Amino acid sequence: MFGDSAYTLIKELDRNPGTLPPYNNELVGEVKKEICHLVQQNHADSMANDESILGENGTNYFPTIRARHAGVQRNLRCLLAYHYNRVKCLRTMRWEFGSILPPDIKANLSSIETNWFSKYSSMLAKYMRSISEDGGLNLTVDLNPPKALYIEVKCLVDYGQYELSDGSVLLLKENSRHFLPRNECEDLIRQGVFQHIVT
Amino acid sequence: MSLSQSYKPNYFSIEDILVTQERVPCKFLINVPKLGKLNPATEDLDIKPGTILELPMWLAEPISSGRQPLISIDLPRSYKETHREILKADAVAVDLHKFGINFYELGLYVKHLDPTGEVLKVLLHTFQSRFRLLMDLTENVGSDPTVQNRLDMLERMLFKSGHAARMRLDTWLRKSDLPMEAAAMVVNHKKRKRIDLEDLFKK
Repeated sequence: MFGDSAYTLIKELDRNPGTLPPYNNELVGEVKKEICHLVQQNHADSMANDESILGENGTNYFPTIRARHAGVQRNLRCLLAYHYNRVKCLRTMRWEFGSILPPDIKANLSSIETNWFSKYSSMLAKYMRSISEDGGLNLTVDLNPPKALYIEVKCLVDYGQYELSDGSVLLLKENSRHFLPRNECEDLIRQGVFQHIVT
Repeated sequence: MSLSQSYKPNYFSIEDILVTQERVPCKFLINVPKLGKLNPATEDLDIKPGTILELPMWLAEPISSGRQPLISIDLPRSYKETHREILKADAVAVDLHKFGINFYELGLYVKHLDPTGEVLKVLLHTFQSRFRLLMDLTENVGSDPTVQNRLDMLERMLFKSGHAARMRLDTWLRKSDLPMEAAAMVVNHKKRKRIDLEDLFKK
């Protein structure tokens, strides 16, 4: 029955909260086709309707048109909701993962979504740069007020070399511990490279 | 999390789309040509008046209203007299998930089908009496992970957010110096990856 493939799309999003399933090009195309099909049928039947009113003995297609129209609107709603909710998730990802997405997430995006992401990303970066006079403010890091300037962190992955803002280079190995200025490691904690150790 | 997510005005709400997919029993009042394929029981081209079909709410609602309704919607079974009596007797003991996974939300859609207003009263009564149970569950999450199975989707949402709030309060009380943490999505993404790797090893 009509509306089923649109429902499958929504179901797919519902099953994966907090992540992006691969963009379902095939199903989106199917829903689009179904909408066109229903509209065409409605158009044809509305023409037939005019003649039958004139003759006063033909079939009345008005109920059919109403039912199909409900189907068109439903399909439209599902399609819009599918794209809207994906973009909403993508926006959250910009805040949580930072400007570079992991490759397996990137593979799940459609080309339009990739474009949107890079535009949003640069917009957000531009805004954050404009906040204060001296170089801007990173809004995506932890927003709790700090208690100490230096914190102890444990490295969770083999990250490789990391350059601090004073120019010195650190080698980040798995399970190594570092005592660093808080502002240097905020980003890496957020991205899950470091674990903050509180004693 | 916002509860207003699931309600009607939000056109993009996934929850609402899922609720309106639920089927309700409908009776056709007039002849609808060409839509016989909606009824899998017959090969006819048209739907005859008097046909009884289960239609999803999104289709049933618009075509049952207006000057010339095509169908009349019947109350779904979970909101009928017998089920209402069960809920009135003791709503807390009921497995609401079996009544319908979207009991409250669908109830809001079908409430106007009952002229006596009983459905609305029962919805309110059910929620009020079960809310204490829900509060209790969120505050004391024991070792039993199956408690969620008896809740409907709205209650589950409340349970999850209540539970998260409780956990945050707990950690804050224990030590106010909270460590900075990785973003929720990042953590989730890592967990998923680990599962993928395990799959690969098996192959």
